[in-house]
Amino acid sequence: MTTMRKMIVLSSCLFLSACATKGNDNEIVIQGSDTEVQLVSALVEAFSTLHPEAHMSVAGGGSAVGIAALINGETDIANSSRQMKAEEIAIAKEKGKNPQEYILARDGLSVIVHPSNTVTTLTLAQVGEIYAGKITNWKEVGGTDGPIVLYGRQSTSGTFGFFRDTVVQADYAASMRQMEGTEAVVDGVTADTQGIGYAGIGYVADQDGNPRGDVTILTIASTEGAEAISPLNQEAVMTGKYPIFRRIYQYLPDLPAKDSLIAELLAFESSEEGLTIVQNQGFYPLTVEDAAINTAILDSLR
Amino acid sequence: MPSDALFTGHRAYRTERMMDKVMRYVFSIVAASTVILLIGIFAFLLQNGIGMFQKVHPFAFFFGTNWNPNALAGAAWGMLPLAVSTLLVAVGALTFAIPFGLSLAIYLAYLAPKRTREILKPVIEMIAGIPSVVLGLIGLLFLSPLVARSFHLSNGLSALTASLLVGITVVPTIASLCEDALSSVPGRLREASLALGATEWTTIRRVLLPSAASGILAATMLGLGRAIGETMVVLMVAGNSLAMPNGFLDPVRPMTATIAIEIREVVMGDLHWKALFAVGLTLFVMSFLLNTVTDFFLYKKKNT
Repeated sequence: MTTMRKMIVLSSCLFLSACATKGNDNEIVIQGSDTEVQLVSALVEAFSTLHPEAHMSVAGGGSAVGIAALINGETDIANSSRQMKAEEIAIAKEKGKNPQEYILARDGLSVIVHPSNTVTTLTLAQVGEIYAGKITNWKEVGGTDGPIVLYGRQSTSGTFGFFRDTVVQADYAASMRQMEGTEAVVDGVTADTQGIGYAGIGYVADQDGNPRGDVTILTIASTEGAEAISPLNQEAVMTGKYPIFRRIYQYLPDLPAKDSLIAELLAFESSEEGLTIVQNQGFYPLTVEDAAINTAILDSLR
Repeated sequence: MPSDALFTGHRAYRTERMMDKVMRYVFSIVAASTVILLIGIFAFLLQNGIGMFQKVHPFAFFFGTNWNPNALAGAAWGMLPLAVSTLLVAVGALTFAIPFGLSLAIYLAYLAPKRTREILKPVIEMIAGIPSVVLGLIGLLFLSPLVARSFHLSNGLSALTASLLVGITVVPTIASLCEDALSSVPGRLREASLALGATEWTTIRRVLLPSAASGILAATMLGLGRAIGETMVVLMVAGNSLAMPNGFLDPVRPMTATIAIEIREVVMGDLHWKALFAVGLTLFVMSFLLNTVTDFFLYKKKNT
């Protein structure tokens, strides 16, 4: 009997490693966005106290890594801090998947500089031109004379894609240092008097919204002459007055089966308890419109 | 009974002859499998990478100066900045590693007392055993700030920092191969030179080094191959910028680091996937050529 059981465990292990998505119902593999790793780990941790039978793993690597894994059939949930591209969805459909989008939270993206930098505010357009390599000296934006050193993420990162598409609206300057993670971006800026970087709020402020002292979080004006707003202003991020905000997502290869563990997990994430965790991790809860977009997937759970 | 004893003896003898044959086959199969392995790896790279050149002209791929697989207006597949980064780091590494490794080899081969040599050789081998990720950490936490301060850079993650650390990984290769080359120079050459009144330094410079030249060149080539293939260190400390580098103080992203970073985001079989395999294929061909040249020099040495 025990040998039999061992054989079953062993063979299911082999089977799982061969194709993670088709694994048994208690196994959930989550992969993707570095921005979301800590948040999702916290959610999963709380969830597994309610479902001790669940075996879940959360890994980072970047949104593109998660989406590639989703398409390649290597993950049950792909965390992504950007929306899936049309061509990615097309490829997924080609491979027999039917990607489902779940909005996890809202995130304000902060633009940071070294504390010694005299620049404390920029317009959205200026940030874009700096990252596109059109503005290369701090004196062009009211700072002291000196080259601007760009810090950003790698192309595996959803933040890389989101920031480029919505703020830069052009390709990044090739001179941008592409850092391995958001923490590396922040570390780079703390050490570099000429540096500028971008990072999720969770990386530059603690749970109560107090900024860390070794970087300056710039205030951003949507247009020239408009009021410059700090991403630490939760209200402004939620209403979209702070211009660099985004939704962060989880993608599923298909609609989850009713009462499946993944369905339970999503239900938990959108529950009161889940939302508290979202806020404690430095993200902002969904607006009413965001929640409405989630309905399709949540309806399928009922 | 004696006849029986003879019989068993005979049987044992026959079994051993059989074993001889079997083992001969086993060993030749193992030997052949290494060749198959090499050809297999090459075929694998070729199969996955060759598709790239059907979509992108090889000239544009090798000499384009813009590598941006995720560009807004269509991907750009110019590998040149990556190749220049690779060469910059490798040449920089050799600039440190050759004088260092060769001096070490000269000391070991001619000058060191026996006791010192017995301590020094394992030490050099241990340097070769340092995991490159550890060197990367040292680079991040210690060397890069030092480079930044010394050259007044705002950030020390650069080709120079990577060169210094890759140089460390290459020193053992160069030192031990150079020592082999120097030791194999016949002792009578040295004795004759000294007997003619030449000083030790003149003997080393004018007699021993020229005699070992082909071996030293081979060591350099192998060191170069090692430096080109190094991945972890450059991933961590080279600065990861895709701009065409202007010098050693610029951040760079060598070919190996590019593959390591981008392979995680590609969808199997798409153009980006093929592009990365094409970069891998280029690396393979580069190191294959280097090894061939090395063998040529070593062969030449044996025949002189």
